[in-house]
Amino acid sequence: MQHLSIFPILIPLFFGVIMLLPPVSRQLKAQRICSVIAGFCVFVAAILLFTQVSSQGVIVYALGGWQPPFGIALVADPLSVLMVSVTAFLAFAVILYSVAGQDKGGAYFHPLLMFQVMGINGAFMTGDIFNLFVFFEILLIASYALLIHAGGKQKTQAAMHYVILNLVGSSLFLFGLGILYGTLGTLNMADMAIKVGSLQGETATLAKTGALLLLVVFGLKAAMLPMHFWLPKTYASATAPVAALFAIMTKVGIYSIFRVYTVIFGEQAGELANIATPWLWPMALLTIAIGSIGVIASPSIRILSANLVIVSSGSLLVCAAINSIESTAAALYYLVHSTLASAGLFLLADLISRQRGKAEDRFVHSRLMKQPKLLGFGFAISALALIGMPPLSGFVGKIMILQATQSIAETLWIWPLLLIGSLVTLVAFSRAGTTLFWRHNGNEVDEAEIAKPAEILAVGLLLLASPLLVIFGGSMAEFTLHAANYLHDIQRSAYDLLPGVTR
Amino acid sequence: MEGMYAFCVGLLTACGIFLILRGRSFSVVVGLTLLSYAVNLFLFASGRLKLNAAAVLGESEQYSDPLPQALVLTAIVIGFAMTAFAVILAMRARADLGSDHVDGALAPPSRDAAPKNGGSR
Repeated sequence: MQHLSIFPILIPLFFGVIMLLPPVSRQLKAQRICSVIAGFCVFVAAILLFTQVSSQGVIVYALGGWQPPFGIALVADPLSVLMVSVTAFLAFAVILYSVAGQDKGGAYFHPLLMFQVMGINGAFMTGDIFNLFVFFEILLIASYALLIHAGGKQKTQAAMHYVILNLVGSSLFLFGLGILYGTLGTLNMADMAIKVGSLQGETATLAKTGALLLLVVFGLKAAMLPMHFWLPKTYASATAPVAALFAIMTKVGIYSIFRVYTVIFGEQAGELANIATPWLWPMALLTIAIGSIGVIASPSIRILSANLVIVSSGSLLVCAAINSIESTAAALYYLVHSTLASAGLFLLADLISRQRGKAEDRFVHSRLMKQPKLLGFGFAISALALIGMPPLSGFVGKIMILQATQSIAETLWIWPLLLIGSLVTLVAFSRAGTTLFWRHNGNEVDEAEIAKPAEILAVGLLLLASPLLVIFGGSMAEFTLHAANYLHDIQRSAYDLLPGVTR
Repeated sequence: MEGMYAFCVGLLTACGIFLILRGRSFSVVVGLTLLSYAVNLFLFASGRLKLNAAAVLGESEQYSDPLPQALVLTAIVIGFAMTAFAVILAMRARADLGSDHVDGALAPPSRDAAPKNGGSR
């Protein structure tokens, strides 16, 4: 199908608008049905797009028929279809979870969710860097509203920081874009990648300033070290489905770093080749270190999962810093795993906290849960996956990252940090698990809510992804390697996307 | 003209950043507004500053780049919506947290503003 590339953006937009219009907007039940249908449609569209791109190669979709580099183009390449598929799967699970009752806290939960999915998908698909900014804003404004969904002091306070930081981030993004447009004269990423090699002297310095400003913005989104302080509070205070959907938000930042600093400012960028690498190295390593300290210091399971998001961001940034085909492939595999596993843990944390009465999800002595076996089993799976123990996908992902190190110096820096990070996570999870499931006084909480079937199904789907990523690990690793090869090959990722431009 | 323009953008940015670093949400919102003004002017200048040059071909001898104007338009719309949201959020935070401090923490009570509840002196 010719228009398939735009479906992952159009379907959520269409359903989001329908849900805001009177017949549907007044009834929660209708909104829920609409939302589940939309989630399913997006998932189907993403899978169709995935198979089409794998069989036929990259699809460039020129919006309005304006040929790139003049118009805005959507580029469905191996990397973006992988990310869109992950988003669609995650969104479907989150919708399933939220229809069980988490969407009652305020009006318009489902339309906002749709707009958020639209923004995320758009950010992954677009081939134009200003359009990337626009989709960033769409996903951000939906996330602001989703974050304070259901209200409360905690959420308002977290939202205040989150909104202000991201507004400053947006301003910096625009400054960076302005500088890059002023020096390169184009906003199409493929075209920028081709033109950036010819910059020299003062113009190159200016462009470098712009490019590094963008690194600050993407680092803010990805929770890179000095810009990660907002994350634990924001993720821990958001409602469970929102926090689970936010698991892909840091990955939007990581994706942008890979896209911009591999394709545009990569090997062939002349004076500006690999400008992000010297900054990424220390930041990425420190992010892992600080994230691990946060993991061991977490007082509750939600803050623990939020800190794990920081650790996984750090691991992915390390891969971006290594900047080779193998490391990119490892990062893509690990990215899929960590998104789905941490989203699963966020949902599970909510189920656990609802059955523990006043203790909620804090690691304190409390009453017995109503479904300790079911929840304990889920907790064990997600813990194994997130720690990186065999036989689940975290293990495979971490092995791939460890194997991607190229020199002895890199190995000496990365191996200890990643492995100590895993050990710390193991310690934190063992402590969390024993306290949550075993240290109780034997009485159940009377008013505890039992997990509903839809919620168990959603968590099950997300947790099932981890063993599936191992069982189909061979083809998955092959695909991520294919995507990484594409990303590092300037001929395919830039020249082939522009009609009439040759080397 | 370029020097003057650059100075204005720089001044706006500096004022914006100074205000964003303040503790009270009102000055932060004003700072964000100033920063978005600065960004808009900056984006506009990224297509080079030209006098007597229309953005439409054939209207004047010289023509200017129309793309930055489109970008500025987008940035203005988004910036405006975001500022409106930040204002509402700041008001909500004032109501929920009982203080207009961005951290939600109460400022230490100064001696002059001690609660006047008729207590003994």
